[in-house]
Amino acid sequence: MATDSAARSPAIEGWYTLDDINPHLLGSRCDKCGTYCFPAQSGYCRNPHCDSTEFSEVKLSRRGTLWSYTNACYQPPEPFVAPDPFVPFAIAAVHLEREQMVVLGQVVAPLTVDDLEVGMPMELVLDTLHSDPNGDKIIWKWQPEARA
Amino acid sequence: MSANDIAIIGAGMTQWGKWGRNFAEYGVAAAREALADAGIPWQDITFVSGGATVRCGYPGYVAGATIAQALGWQGAEVNTSYAACASGSQALAAARTKILAGHCDVALVVGADTTPKGFLAPAKGYRPEDPDWVRFYLGITNPTYFALYARRRMALYGDTQEDFAAVKVKNAAIGSQNPRARYTKTFTADDVANSAMVADPLRLMDICATSDGGAALIVASLDYAKKIGKGDAPRVAAISTVTPTFASGTVEMPDIATDSAAAAGIEAINYRSQIPLKAYEEAGIGPEDIDLAEVYDLSTALELDWIEDLKLCEPGQAAHLLRAGDTAVGGKIPVNASGGLACFGEAVPAQALAQVCELTWQLRGEAGPRQVQGANVGITANQGLFGHGSSVIVKR
Repeated sequence: MATDSAARSPAIEGWYTLDDINPHLLGSRCDKCGTYCFPAQSGYCRNPHCDSTEFSEVKLSRRGTLWSYTNACYQPPEPFVAPDPFVPFAIAAVHLEREQMVVLGQVVAPLTVDDLEVGMPMELVLDTLHSDPNGDKIIWKWQPEARA
Repeated sequence: MSANDIAIIGAGMTQWGKWGRNFAEYGVAAAREALADAGIPWQDITFVSGGATVRCGYPGYVAGATIAQALGWQGAEVNTSYAACASGSQALAAARTKILAGHCDVALVVGADTTPKGFLAPAKGYRPEDPDWVRFYLGITNPTYFALYARRRMALYGDTQEDFAAVKVKNAAIGSQNPRARYTKTFTADDVANSAMVADPLRLMDICATSDGGAALIVASLDYAKKIGKGDAPRVAAISTVTPTFASGTVEMPDIATDSAAAAGIEAINYRSQIPLKAYEEAGIGPEDIDLAEVYDLSTALELDWIEDLKLCEPGQAAHLLRAGDTAVGGKIPVNASGGLACFGEAVPAQALAQVCELTWQLRGEAGPRQVQGANVGITANQGLFGHGSSVIVKR
């Protein structure tokens, strides 16, 4: 397994910043009506009252509240790349206040559903989704907000 | 009686199972049973409306023409509808429109599918533009979504895993009396609790399987129905196949984020609860008029969501109905008297029609040990991918 930080690369290009301290998802915001989209949208606005074609890339809020959560007890099919042996992981649905939207993501290991509670404050972090011979593939994940 | 009603003069359905035969075989079997039930020859059908088979959520085979050819070309007009889980309802809506416009007197509506082998998974490669690919890459499967909704119920309303198990126990008990069901074994709450956890809080027995099966309806103008002595047949009083209105606040397969309700004048909505509104309006009735409901129990917890979304009770009260026995056959408002997806499994293009078949038999008083006493008005509900969902009201 590659551990060299130079071998880290995003699992999905252009969907999030690679800022280890304060990572953000990269979405779009309609220049006319303010509707957000993740992943980013261009060309048309989904708001039926808006005919805008102009959108700006925005960093989405990296903090939100836990809308709901679950886990994956069975190994998901491809294109998921599973470690051998497969290790269950938790999944969070987080509500972003400013964007008024819910975004899914894995929850960082070794946290389990027992560590989660609907309504708790959550924050976005970067973590490894999987590794291949070229290095670690980095993805966004959620975790309960770090307590000071 | 509305001028916009059509009559259901025949219903047919295969047993659900997992045999891997060509979907057209199931479609033909269901269609022949429906034709025999209607007492009319295949040659009298002038419109065949099929629900497209579904492969990994997307349209699969051209069903209407394939099944029409399998029954023997006889010159009918033909249609295939794709609307994910609502495909059967959309095929029914196409037939209704044709009949009400006076372009057709009697139509066959049919849906059938065979379960593809192996996992439901997207095409391979690196394809981040496909939301279905993205979610599987992140390890987010169908049960993930069902479980998020279930956990949300637990947090908001105090539902428990025991409540969810009770849905399975209820549906298995009544489904064991349905000769067309795939699973006819009864289960106890302990059986459910001892099944493997799939996506917390849902266990294997909380989640429906995928199946092979076919369902068919013969629908006709009221004049045609009267002419053949079936003027009192159950009628389709309403079909809703509406999309959500922006912004949908519930994260839906295959997306990894909801719509944003940040723009001025936009509110987050619950799509499921919007689907039956048009059906109630079109039928000119309200939830208080409903005698029984067939809902899409992809998971046990989702049945409880549907009961509230159909407004059969206030939000958060469905588990109370369940605990009181009100949603069982013999209760105040029986839900899934067929046994539901819990006993059938999903055969996507057939399922919405199978729900209407069950209502037809119930309203004719022919449901045997599953019979809901005094069943005069029934409603169906389902929802699938890409903003497709449907609700059908059948009455007599």
